Amino acid sequence: MTKAQLIEAMSQKVTHLTKRQTEMIVNTIFNSIRQSLANGGKIEIRGFGSFKLRSRRMREGRNPKTGSQVHVPAKRVPFFKAGKELKEIVNG
Amino acid sequence: MRKADIANEVYERVGISKKEAAEIIETVLNTIKSVLQKGETVKIAGFGNFVVRSKRARKGRNPKTGQEIGITPRRVVTFRPSQVFKKFVNQS
Repeated sequence: MTKAQLIEAMSQKVTHLTKRQTEMIVNTIFNSIRQSLANGGKIEIRGFGSFKLRSRRMREGRNPKTGSQVHVPAKRVPFFKAGKELKEIVNG
Repeated sequence: MRKADIANEVYERVGISKKEAAEIIETVLNTIKSVLQKGETVKIAGFGNFVVRSKRARKGRNPKTGQEIGITPRRVVTFRPSQVFKKFVNQS
């Protein structure tokens, strides 16, 4: 399912709002999660899971094509951990 | 950040009541969960993909007692953040 399909499915369930509004809501949800992580926050959605940032140290990498060494700087990556309910659902 | 904070963002941006925002967020999460339940991937442009992966049976160990235990095959949800998301949390 893509975001467009999610918005479509939502607008069929939430009939009293326009599709435009539904689209704004879906976008706001993901944007606010992104923004919160960028600000160093942590998101916990009960029944679904949590998002946080994990740090990666700097390392020396290699360009697989040319074999030349490249410097990979330290960075942060978004990490999602599935919640209990979600874990159970996919195993149902 | 929790569900109520996301509902607050939706309330401020879209102008629907906080209660309604909370309900719609719940519906979005449930829709995503039911897609994942089917083993299908959920792709959110600019955010990332939620993918269901299958794990084979393997032997594990109780780290406390050292006793060997069998881990049954299972499905797990992994999240692969998009390039946009990864860049977003690394701009300072």
